[in-house]
Amino acid sequence: MSEHTITFEIDGVEVRASHGQTVMVAADVAGIYIPRLCAFDGLPPYGSCRVCTVKINGRFQSACTQPVAEGIIVENETEELLEFRRNIIDMLFVEGNHFCMFCEKSGNCELQALAYRFGIAAPKYPYMFPADRNVDASHKDIFIDHNRCILCARCVRASRDLDGKNVFQFVGRGPGKRIAVNAQAKLVDTNIDVSDKAVEVCPVGAILKKHVGFTIPIGQRKYDHEPIGADIEANKQ
Amino acid sequence: MAKPKIATTSLAGCFGCHMSILDIDERILQLVELIDFDKSPINDIKEFTGECLVGIVEGGCANEENVRVLQDFRKHCKILVSLGDCAINGGLPAMRNTISLKECLDEAYLNGPSVHNPSGRIPNDPEIPLLLDKVYPCHEVVKVDYYLPGCPPTADTIWQTLVALLSDKPIDLPYELVKYD
Amino acid sequence: MSDNLETVVKTICTGFENDKTRMIDIVRELQECLGHVSDDAMDLIAEQVGTHRVEVESVVSFYAFFSKEQKGKITIRLCDDIIDRMFGFERIKQAFSDTLGISVGETTPDGLITLEVTPCIGMCDQAPAVMINDEIFTELSGDAAVEIVEQLRAGIPPERLRRRLGDGNNSNPLVSAAVSNNIRKFGEVIFAPLECGNALRKALSMSPNEVVRAVKTARLRGRGGAGFPTGMKWDFTRAAEGERKFVICNADEGEPGTFKDRVILTERPELLIEGMVIAGYAIGAQEGVIYLRGEYAYLRPFLEDTLQKARNMGMLGNDVMGHNGFNFDIRIQMGAGAYICGEETALISSCEGLRGDPKNRPPFPAQKGYLDCPTSVNNVETLCCVARIIDQGAGWFSQIGSKGSTGTKLLSIGGDIRRPGVYEVPFGMTMHDVLEMAGGTGAAAVQVGGPSGELIGPDMYDRIICYDDLATGGALMVFGPERNLLEVVEYFMDFFIEESCGYCTPCRVGNVLLKQRLVDIIHGQGEPSDLTYLEELGASVKATSRCGLGQTSPNPILSSLKNFRPLYQALVKEGQQFQPTFNIQNALSTAKDIAGRPSMHFAE
Repeated sequence: MSEHTITFEIDGVEVRASHGQTVMVAADVAGIYIPRLCAFDGLPPYGSCRVCTVKINGRFQSACTQPVAEGIIVENETEELLEFRRNIIDMLFVEGNHFCMFCEKSGNCELQALAYRFGIAAPKYPYMFPADRNVDASHKDIFIDHNRCILCARCVRASRDLDGKNVFQFVGRGPGKRIAVNAQAKLVDTNIDVSDKAVEVCPVGAILKKHVGFTIPIGQRKYDHEPIGADIEANKQ
Repeated sequence: MAKPKIATTSLAGCFGCHMSILDIDERILQLVELIDFDKSPINDIKEFTGECLVGIVEGGCANEENVRVLQDFRKHCKILVSLGDCAINGGLPAMRNTISLKECLDEAYLNGPSVHNPSGRIPNDPEIPLLLDKVYPCHEVVKVDYYLPGCPPTADTIWQTLVALLSDKPIDLPYELVKYD
Repeated sequence: MSDNLETVVKTICTGFENDKTRMIDIVRELQECLGHVSDDAMDLIAEQVGTHRVEVESVVSFYAFFSKEQKGKITIRLCDDIIDRMFGFERIKQAFSDTLGISVGETTPDGLITLEVTPCIGMCDQAPAVMINDEIFTELSGDAAVEIVEQLRAGIPPERLRRRLGDGNNSNPLVSAAVSNNIRKFGEVIFAPLECGNALRKALSMSPNEVVRAVKTARLRGRGGAGFPTGMKWDFTRAAEGERKFVICNADEGEPGTFKDRVILTERPELLIEGMVIAGYAIGAQEGVIYLRGEYAYLRPFLEDTLQKARNMGMLGNDVMGHNGFNFDIRIQMGAGAYICGEETALISSCEGLRGDPKNRPPFPAQKGYLDCPTSVNNVETLCCVARIIDQGAGWFSQIGSKGSTGTKLLSIGGDIRRPGVYEVPFGMTMHDVLEMAGGTGAAAVQVGGPSGELIGPDMYDRIICYDDLATGGALMVFGPERNLLEVVEYFMDFFIEESCGYCTPCRVGNVLLKQRLVDIIHGQGEPSDLTYLEELGASVKATSRCGLGQTSPNPILSSLKNFRPLYQALVKEGQQFQPTFNIQNALSTAKDIAGRPSMHFAE
């Protein structure tokens, strides 16, 4: 166990952490769940989805990138923050084409699971139904469905930092930002392999392995019975 | 005292949500003790006979008739419920939303690999409702009061919701009953 | 893949020592040279500098001035700013479009000319304006547009097109621009006469700590808009560990309505250079970078020359002004059409040859900035203030202006006023006095600080230009009573959507949703609850966005809702039975066309 040298507060609960930890990691250890999408164990913090927005000493920060500091006061489950987070989840749902009813990832999807946790029955924003999202099924074992991509950069980071390959990177900007592959045309032209970490880390159904869809029956999937974050909350003392 | 009335309809849906309503099984006997059905495929009443407490809508709006029926529901029902994913986000029919209407019709009636259409014409009888430019979720056409996601929502979800609405209690569904598939 | 392409790419990359952190320069040169950066070119660049081709593509696709598709030899970029729209943008667009026979976004069939639009190019006081390659043309008429096209077709290169040169250094052969300075008020800090080298000499006679202390005593705050205390920023950078440190001058003046840095760069570049060297001395940096926005490329030869003169005078280079062991030099980094790069960490990303994505903070640039070295990023005007503070004294400086806002501020004033241009005024003026000064007393509204700032009306003209009240980087856009303010708001939202980097969800998605509902309201398809919708959505975007752009992007809507609510209230309708945003006739129009018959349920 590392030595706890820093003490701070999340929603009035005293949390001890070690120097250099992020607020999110310290909260995880303490059994306090801060919702997230782009953050992933083993990947460098990225801070793009903003679902983990907390208030630290009165300022909004992303918990996944913010280091702990002595005596900071962190707000996590306030009405204000829950509303903001819900709005971000809603934004992600309307931004893409998320058809859960036929998606292989359904039941194991982190975006869907967050919506379940927040009790979202329908997003409050109008659906955009973007027409410019395509599917790249060129590779024999892997496909990319851009309709479902939430631009979290997990694949970008995993391919670069864990696989040492740089198969993915973003192109374009603003609402036109997309994931691209390290080839002139298609995924099949890259050196990606089905065993790459980059294929595992996608929180939604945007990067999936072929031939293994719908193998887990309904009722046995990750978020069928327990909300996302329940595993972290089980650590609570 | 007259029993409150419920109306149901399936717009651009597959009737799967209505199957799920029937899946409440023997509880339907309890239900008819509490309510009467007005316009609904369950009793085949085609037009509203009066004001309803609850309107349950399956499916989104794909054509002008869907819009007319949905507006009719909004006019006649105090509480409007979007039942299932198609009502909430367009569902499978909304897959056409990323393709132009012309392209959809051409593919369906002229170019599709399984099409046999020697006339080369796209059906255009005046009786056929015109399609909308895209499939709209119900709440983007009229105001909707409650949403029950699922493809379909389970019978328990529907039952618990109806019981809450009829007893004027807040709808508080357990985690396992709010699912999108 | 042609051998020629390979040679060109190799030559360009080698010119930048195959350094992938110079990617913006490499791509910029290739774009200039060949009119596009093709798929093959990206592969070659990646190979040459040792990176992945998708990294090159990510850069090419980010900046507005780069393109994968072949562009014409000449690119005409029409400045599509709200002020330009007020002063004839449509007329100019039509003239160019008609004469060229193409629409915006197209290239003439002979491959000669591409027509594009671009946000504010910093010429709001002389609108309408266009960029033709790097050359600027202002106060254009439709006839002038026709004449320009004729000359270009006759083979006259953009830099030799007929034009009337502007005042001051705009007539310098190295600038030779048809741009006017329009300095309407010379203040005592920036536009006072300059004796080159005085400030630097004084600084070098002090210890670096004393220099920082002087800046702190003067209570100098950043002039870019955020107003961070400059001395404190320097303290952090100075204290940070690192052999190599940097001073970066933020000359990416992109906030629509702002053009004051353009005038400083034209008329007081020596003052800026002195300020940068002093900053370098104070924080212990050896290198400086001027990040010059792509739209100001026409100033580059002149600035390079000014830097060379400074080197010749011993103000740059080794042992600056004979000060043993203090070496400092400056390079110019060109931008390539991305407003977000005015955000300091995005600017650093761009200098490093990356997409202009802002970085996570912490670490702050002062600890880990450009190339992971401690870096102080300061605005052009701020650095000029520094030179004056050292020259004239911190006490002198802090006497000017108001208590929390010392010194002068350059205001870029454009729009419905009689005397548009740059004004150097002490902090503490009321808006009323500013409008009187600029000849705009009948103004119905003023956008203070650009789209990210605040829209205020006559009942607020007693507010004061200073950090504690109307804080501004200096842009004031004035709107007369005949202007449609919601159109202005809509334009500003389009601007933020266009310029968002797309990194974080709320800014990337939220602004599109905000604009969509705004347009619904403008079209009479709104209801009172939509105002709350806008406010709540705007609050979410403000609170959860990752950088300053996102955090201020809903401001056009939020501030107009706050200060001009009746404009919205007049458009929304209460008690609508169905969703007013749904329009059945629009939804059916395609099907009616295809079927060739009317709706059976919904008469028009």
